[in-house]
Amino acid sequence: MDRRTTIKWVLAAGAAWPLKGGRGARADTVAAARVHAATTARGYGTDPNLVATYRPGELWPLTFTAAERHLAVILADIIIPADDHSASASAVGVIDFIDEWVSAPYPRHQEDRTIVQHGLAWLDAEAGRRFAKGFADLDSTSQHAICDDICEESRAAPAHGDAAKFFALFRDLTAGGFYSTPAGRKDLNYIGNVPLTRFDGPPAELIKALGLES
Amino acid sequence: MFVTEKNQKSVYDVIVVGSGAGGGQSAYTLCMDGAKVLMLEAGRKYVPETETPMFQTPDLAPLGAASTPEKPFGFYDATVDGGWQVPGEPYARASEEDAGRFEWWRARMLGGRTNHWGRISLRNGPYDFKPKTRDGLGLDWPISYEDIAPYYDKVELLIGVYGSNEGLENTPNSSPGCLLPPPKPLVSDLLVAQRAKRLGIPVIPGHRAVLTQPLDFKHSPARLHPGNATAQKIIAEDMQKRAACLWATSCGRGCAIRANYQSTTVHLPPALASGNLDIRTDAMVYEVTLGRNGRANGVSFVDRTNGKHQHAAARVVVLAASACESVRILLNSKSARFPDGLANSSGKLGRYLMDTVGSTVSGQIPLLESLPPMNEDAADGHQMYVPWWLYQEQHAGKLDFARGYHIEFGGGKRMPGHGTGAGLEWLTGGSYGVKFKQDVRRYYGSFVGFDGRGEMIPNDQSYCEIDPMMKDKWGIPVLRFHWQWSEHERRQAAHMQRTFADIIEAMGGRVHGTVKTDGAKAIAPGGSIIHEVGGAIMGSDPKASVTNSWGQTWDVDNLVVADGGVFASNADKNPTLTIMALAWRASDQILERMRRKEL
Repeated sequence: MDRRTTIKWVLAAGAAWPLKGGRGARADTVAAARVHAATTARGYGTDPNLVATYRPGELWPLTFTAAERHLAVILADIIIPADDHSASASAVGVIDFIDEWVSAPYPRHQEDRTIVQHGLAWLDAEAGRRFAKGFADLDSTSQHAICDDICEESRAAPAHGDAAKFFALFRDLTAGGFYSTPAGRKDLNYIGNVPLTRFDGPPAELIKALGLES
Repeated sequence: MFVTEKNQKSVYDVIVVGSGAGGGQSAYTLCMDGAKVLMLEAGRKYVPETETPMFQTPDLAPLGAASTPEKPFGFYDATVDGGWQVPGEPYARASEEDAGRFEWWRARMLGGRTNHWGRISLRNGPYDFKPKTRDGLGLDWPISYEDIAPYYDKVELLIGVYGSNEGLENTPNSSPGCLLPPPKPLVSDLLVAQRAKRLGIPVIPGHRAVLTQPLDFKHSPARLHPGNATAQKIIAEDMQKRAACLWATSCGRGCAIRANYQSTTVHLPPALASGNLDIRTDAMVYEVTLGRNGRANGVSFVDRTNGKHQHAAARVVVLAASACESVRILLNSKSARFPDGLANSSGKLGRYLMDTVGSTVSGQIPLLESLPPMNEDAADGHQMYVPWWLYQEQHAGKLDFARGYHIEFGGGKRMPGHGTGAGLEWLTGGSYGVKFKQDVRRYYGSFVGFDGRGEMIPNDQSYCEIDPMMKDKWGIPVLRFHWQWSEHERRQAAHMQRTFADIIEAMGGRVHGTVKTDGAKAIAPGGSIIHEVGGAIMGSDPKASVTNSWGQTWDVDNLVVADGGVFASNADKNPTLTIMALAWRASDQILERMRRKEL
């Protein structure tokens, strides 16, 4: 989707930010129609195989268009970029995780789907308003300028309230997808989930250093 | 063995309805002593050895294993065909308001809710059986702590419970050799213990049904089954097949190596090995049938695999379908003689429904930030806990609520998942980018959560009855719930909130969110702690209770209730251990009465 189309789409959506209408409120827009379409998918049921491995797209069809996916990659990697410790969000499959999430046929996920689709469209629209470019085409400084306005709900301007809610959700999903992976676990130095013959508790030196000896 | 319509026997000594804590214990006790038992379970057969996701990580599951309406406790929770709603099996509520709402968690699987429960195994104390005598409120039980103490010992020896004997008020010690050693505490446990102690709040090792070491198969069998060599041999063999905890993977998923208690890994294998147990799954019992002599002669059920209505016959019927499901079966067992439901001549069937008071506060503790890497999977939580500590103050009238609560708490570097790094704005100011990754590393493992679990006093406004209209997909009338908390519970919940905030502050931490000083806002909805008990309470007066002290219904003496339904009070202690102890005791009485030819 090019910028012009995106802006038109957002304008068509008008004041249809789903959060304003509260739970379940849906406007008669392209986005809303797509939301309705997704609800025909079925969940994994109440007795799924718990020892199987599941991949995004296997249980229900995914949502993102190529343009949405492109934007999602950029935003997820702004939130979790590669650093000295670990790879970026998109490098470890986080976009697939988010796409699976917003495509799931459960009420919470359907609400998140609307927020994410509108939010990605808003990013492009905001980039167009401020810099006359799509968000993907902005330099990093400009991208951060937009993110800085919406990265903390309590500090965001009233006009940016919905965008800030979107950003908070997208950051939560990005983190959730990232830290669920082997790379994310390694980043946090998680060393559990392995069988032990005994559990010895924390090292004595640490207990002492923290002043916790009994 | 597992049976179907084709090889179900024409008559059994005992039919046990339900296969969870009460049903599993009943079948175990009866079969080990030679009784021929048919167990009927509404859900499907379930095999923990092959179905448990022992080391699966969230990236292998849909949605990072997050909860959905179809798996409300997350994808890897052991519950099959259950949750707050069961497909095709609705229930009604008299109120949808928070204050009057009741939530009902069910499972449709062999072993029921024991497959996913928290394994917290606390004994009721002496006060807990005589609460009315002590403070004038609620109801006394017709038994005392001394009556049930030997059964607590037996259950702990059989299932394996870790813990310690601290000799604290109304927090009973176990007999020597009954408890397994408690696990080592985490750093966060030690910090809670140190700082809570400064506030006068005791922190002691938790009690959970997890094997911190192998069971004592050499000595325990003789204590469990004195004079019964066959039973001793069976349980000694089975104890050796249970592995000790390997200190990884959540107990709520179930345990393929049988290191914790679930009916399917602890009660049912030896009961099956006795050769005396037949199990029929997918058998949804809806009615207890009566013979001309006025005694129960069996049950009617729907075979869920084909919808056929069937009957099974026995000399004794034990209901252990869960407190509310057993009440439902009895209320639906109407006849000319019992027009208001079977065993309901007192009018008390469905009455005095109770849950546990629940309230939660969590905090972030700077002292726990950026600690070195260490494996803190431990025993999956509840290495330590806080028993109720203000019995004397409460008795002296210094508190504005009548009954106590215990505190379950937990922290540590648990396996990261879909919630890791979420909702950190209150700490990070909304960071993103490299700073966000640094923040997540810093705060990972620095949170401690506190859950209060408190006693609810039974009241006349909390009960279940048959809904006049609604039926489930089998055509069986369903329950309608009525619910009301009293000031005692609301004030208790507010006290929890203040206490948890005090502990968090004493740890140098920051409370997440606001402390709810309004008890009505602090308290979790009825049923949501999944400790629902009562509805078929035991008592000493046939006009005021449904069963006698053995769980035997006053109206039909070969009909026994062996689940949480018989609870006359709901102490802060989690009910499962008491359900098992009462079921063992009830089954001993059935065996004795069968020997006396009374049944």
